[in-house]
Amino acid sequence: MADEVKLHGVTGSPFVCRAVIALNLKGIKYEFVAEDLSNKSADLLKYNPVYKKVPVLVHNGNPISESLVIVEYIDEVWKGVPILPQDAYEKAQARFWAKVIDDKCLPAVFKAVSSHGEEQAVAEAHEALQFLENELKVKGIKFFGGDNINLVDIAATFVAFWIGAAEEALGIEVLSKHKFPKLTEWSDNYVNCQAVKESLPPRENLVAFFKKRFGKA
Amino acid sequence: MLCVYIRHISPSIHHLSLMGSMSNKSEIRLLGTTASPYVNRVQFALNLKSIEYEYVQEDLKAGKSELLLTSNPVHKKVPVLLHADKPPICESQIIVEYLDEIRPDLYQLLPSLSLDRANSRFWATYIDTKFFPLYEELRRTTKKAGQDAIKEEMIDATQLLEEAFIKSSNGKAYFGGDRVGYLDVILGCFLRWIKHVDELNDFNTFDEVRVPELAKWANNIWSHEALESVAPGKETLVYFFGLIHVYRPPYQ
Repeated sequence: MADEVKLHGVTGSPFVCRAVIALNLKGIKYEFVAEDLSNKSADLLKYNPVYKKVPVLVHNGNPISESLVIVEYIDEVWKGVPILPQDAYEKAQARFWAKVIDDKCLPAVFKAVSSHGEEQAVAEAHEALQFLENELKVKGIKFFGGDNINLVDIAATFVAFWIGAAEEALGIEVLSKHKFPKLTEWSDNYVNCQAVKESLPPRENLVAFFKKRFGKA
Repeated sequence: MLCVYIRHISPSIHHLSLMGSMSNKSEIRLLGTTASPYVNRVQFALNLKSIEYEYVQEDLKAGKSELLLTSNPVHKKVPVLLHADKPPICESQIIVEYLDEIRPDLYQLLPSLSLDRANSRFWATYIDTKFFPLYEELRRTTKKAGQDAIKEEMIDATQLLEEAFIKSSNGKAYFGGDRVGYLDVILGCFLRWIKHVDELNDFNTFDEVRVPELAKWANNIWSHEALESVAPGKETLVYFFGLIHVYRPPYQ
């Protein structure tokens, strides 16, 4: 019996992108259900009643919500390219960094962007991003997953692609090459990975989105 | 999130960090404070799995120990799990999953089916990011209008948890079904803290009329041996609250 896989999402969301990358990495055939967040589908509300947000993965009618939970689920169910390390200890470290990204980096970067690069907000974003910079520097690794991308790289997708688009749209600087040489290098390598390349939204769309959402009138 | 501010550098902790290199390869040490529900969560899991461990108490009155600061430089918080000579593992949910994975033979906490595991992780995230933070908010909110608004959110949240419990338990006593499982551990560790905040605010989170199944569950988990043996007593909680009140005072 063939698997039925659907992903409810919007192309501009870095969270949805995480799920798309995971699906593409594993070569899973799926249907992308584009949602209008100002007019959410009845299905979305049924599948994610708690948050009413995207992404939602629907596997044979069973919904899974929360981007990192979805990525772990995809990794468990479909073999092939591994997303989480096999070793329990390495797995714990990967989950830890994914959580740092969601708990610290993302909110700080969001504030830096939405405040149009306000000094204090950017300083806090730098503080948060420094953890990632150090991790790459200390370990001397190409990706957070080593030679290949893993959960942490996928979690950090917004760093590699969304920040740049926001910077261009709003004329601000958050991820300077000078301050974050490793992260900059990582970003270039990451967006060129096959599975990532085919999952990212068109950059000009993102830039337009940031201009519209946060641009000064 | 709770931040525990600890100032004392205990000589015994230094001694233990030196001891680390000489220790048994399977030795597990848990850095914690008695009143932290996140520490209790890990202890609950360790006890259920009958994993032996050494508990290293951070002194609440003193500053953060060297061991804590070097073990968890990102968050500087407990719990921290030290396993043999490996670098530390932080974040209570991650520690619990780790313990479950290194000893799958001893009392499996997470369910076997991937869908059920995803469901467990989803609700664990909800509990930590949406549900429990309400209690910190309530503790710090002094104006009645604010308090009432938070209580409304708590009522909504417990309603969601009641439904989640009914689906997960399948008519049995625990989120894990017949026996205590991952979500029972994730939520159960908060019970005494929640009760204390409830009492200070004329509220009853697990009210048996509003959330009858959760109320029954809360009673069961409260006195579960694996949790009760490590949960803080009233005095410790009151003392800890006193400290927290100083470091994360009520909103003005």
